[in-house]
Amino acid sequence: MKIPYFPGCSLKSDAAHFEQSAIEFSKTLGVELVELPNWNCCGTVHSLTTDDIMHHLACVRNMVHAQELGKQLGTNKLITLCAMCYNTLAQVNELAKKKPDDLKTANEFIDDLPDYEGKVEVLHLLTFLNNYVSFEKIAKVVKGRLNGLKLAPYYGCLLVRPEHVKVDDRERPVLLSKLLGMVGAKCVEFPYAVECCGSYHTVNLKEAVIEKTYTIVNNARENGADAIVLSCPLCEFNLDKRQKDVKAVYPTFEPMPVFYFTELLALASGKKVNVNAHYVSPENVLRKYGL
Amino acid sequence: MEETKMIKVYIMGKEHEVPEGLTIMKAIEYAGYKIVRGAGCRAGFCGACATVYRKANDYKLRVALACQTVAEDGMYLTEIPFVPANKAIYDIEKVTPKANIILQHYPEVARCVACNTCTKSCPQDLKVMDYIQAMKRGDIAKAAELSFDCVQCGLCAARCPAEIVHYHAAQLARRIYGKYIAKPSPNLEKRIKEIEEGKYDEEIKKLKQMPLEEMKKKYMEQQKNAEKERD
Amino acid sequence: MQINEGEIEKRDIFIKQVEELSGQNLFGCYQCGRCSAGCPMVSRMDAIPSMVMRLVQLGDEKVLDKNTYWVCASCYTCDVRCPKGIDIAKVMEALRQIKLRKNLNYVDIKKIDGIEELPQIALISNFRKYTG
Ligand code: SF4
Ligand code: SF4
Ligand code: FES
Repeated sequence: MKIPYFPGCSLKSDAAHFEQSAIEFSKTLGVELVELPNWNCCGTVHSLTTDDIMHHLACVRNMVHAQELGKQLGTNKLITLCAMCYNTLAQVNELAKKKPDDLKTANEFIDDLPDYEGKVEVLHLLTFLNNYVSFEKIAKVVKGRLNGLKLAPYYGCLLVRPEHVKVDDRERPVLLSKLLGMVGAKCVEFPYAVECCGSYHTVNLKEAVIEKTYTIVNNARENGADAIVLSCPLCEFNLDKRQKDVKAVYPTFEPMPVFYFTELLALASGKKVNVNAHYVSPENVLRKYGL
Repeated sequence: MEETKMIKVYIMGKEHEVPEGLTIMKAIEYAGYKIVRGAGCRAGFCGACATVYRKANDYKLRVALACQTVAEDGMYLTEIPFVPANKAIYDIEKVTPKANIILQHYPEVARCVACNTCTKSCPQDLKVMDYIQAMKRGDIAKAAELSFDCVQCGLCAARCPAEIVHYHAAQLARRIYGKYIAKPSPNLEKRIKEIEEGKYDEEIKKLKQMPLEEMKKKYMEQQKNAEKERD
Repeated sequence: MQINEGEIEKRDIFIKQVEELSGQNLFGCYQCGRCSAGCPMVSRMDAIPSMVMRLVQLGDEKVLDKNTYWVCASCYTCDVRCPKGIDIAKVMEALRQIKLRKNLNYVDIKKIDGIEELPQIALISNFRKYTG
């Protein structure tokens, strides 16, 4: 099965291991993620004012590319990995359906591409695996197990909010726990699973992110986790790379490794984790569980 | 003799009659303007003659290099010889090909909204948006490659809603590419060494002292030889 | 407190502007405070989100002097918890846009501390929210 896939800027640089593990893992399920030709940056955050069509153009362009590639591949689906890309594309896609006049304006402005017809289905890989592959099948296909690795599944904001694009229950999501549980991980429940990491404040209000990371990581540990698992490169930067800054403020702080969920799926199916891509090395934790 | 057909063009809002078939640059000069800043090579390489125009009854704002484009009847036009744009200061020895390197020096690149206006504004038909997008995702090689034919006319920067200075950022990409990513060229290195060792100093000195007429003769000869070689 | 007619008109214009930009019915808010209770950034705000809602209902442009809408992280927690279905995040965005559209950027992109270590995704999202 070949499905159009939107990578996004991070997956081509800092989060290359996110992309690579997702592509490899999908292959073991017989799913080929076909990168959109000519995709452009989604803009990362959905523009929230009613009249700001200009900031939706980037997403509409991507939807056109997905539509055209989909026609060749015989599908209307578009798979995303980064939670920010997912959210931004999905929200614009919803808007295209709800506000046909705005879509018309955007289509008229984008005079170098075919019109977007509004029929693409934007899916996060998690949703795709759940709805179109099934976790049971994954458990069967994947031979390896994660040996009870204790994980805190962190969804952050953009996988579960706002309401019309959420991939799971917005207060108590379970998709990550279910999926990773199927391949032998032990996911703990932890109250900060849907708490914001401070997001783009990491640029101009680093202190806020340091507080958030400190709280979220500690809360994950208090609930018994040895590592955090997530799906967003900005959360990853804040929760992993910023642990360095947390340590500078709180000298007794204990670092905790952070994984993309696809890294662990790939690990379960026999691939290696690229430990060098992590700021907090996961080596000790992996060793503890014999992984 | 057939009479030359005259066409009407509107230069900075004023109507002029000029003979059909002239380039925009020649039409401007025919109309009596002296171009001071808006002309350089007159051959499509220097980017000094950036021009914007509209045709009669057409909403599209079009672009051209005045020295390369033939004036048409009913054109409304003006040259834009200069676009204010800041250049980043950097030490190329210290600029390494990290994914966010262009954003470090030109953070405004992160503001691109993918409207594609820059691509539509490029008289060189470059995929300007695509090279900006390549910078955003840290693909310096692609940015360098896509921007290779940029003449730095500045039209993209004049129109970008994100206020990006595409051509300066692209130059940084090409410099990083040349220094850190491209395979070294042995021929180039050899020639640089020769120059540094003074192999051509004598010849250059001779050229500098040569009378103008002789220099012209030599130039023409050399052109002929080059042509022969090509054929 | 006495308010003259000119003042009332000014307030109406401001209310209408925020309503149009955000697409929200500001007067749906009945000050229950759930938005403020769940806001992850509330401790850094000089007016809590529900207070901002009240100020915009009153058409009080002084709300623009509060830091609330800049400190907002667009996490949508308030949106999903508001019992009246108001997208407060959109109201925050409307306030940001009112400033940004006057060419008043909140972040100077040429003066970012530690830009060397910041990934593109952080810069892109930050500039989207804080520059016009
Ligand atoms: S990329 Fe910009 S500066 Fe370069 S030639 Fe095209 S329009 Fe001119
Ligand atoms: S004109 Fe500016 S904002 Fe539009 S695509 Fe080009 S670089 Fe991006
Ligand atoms: S004068 Fe140099 S490009 Fe036209």
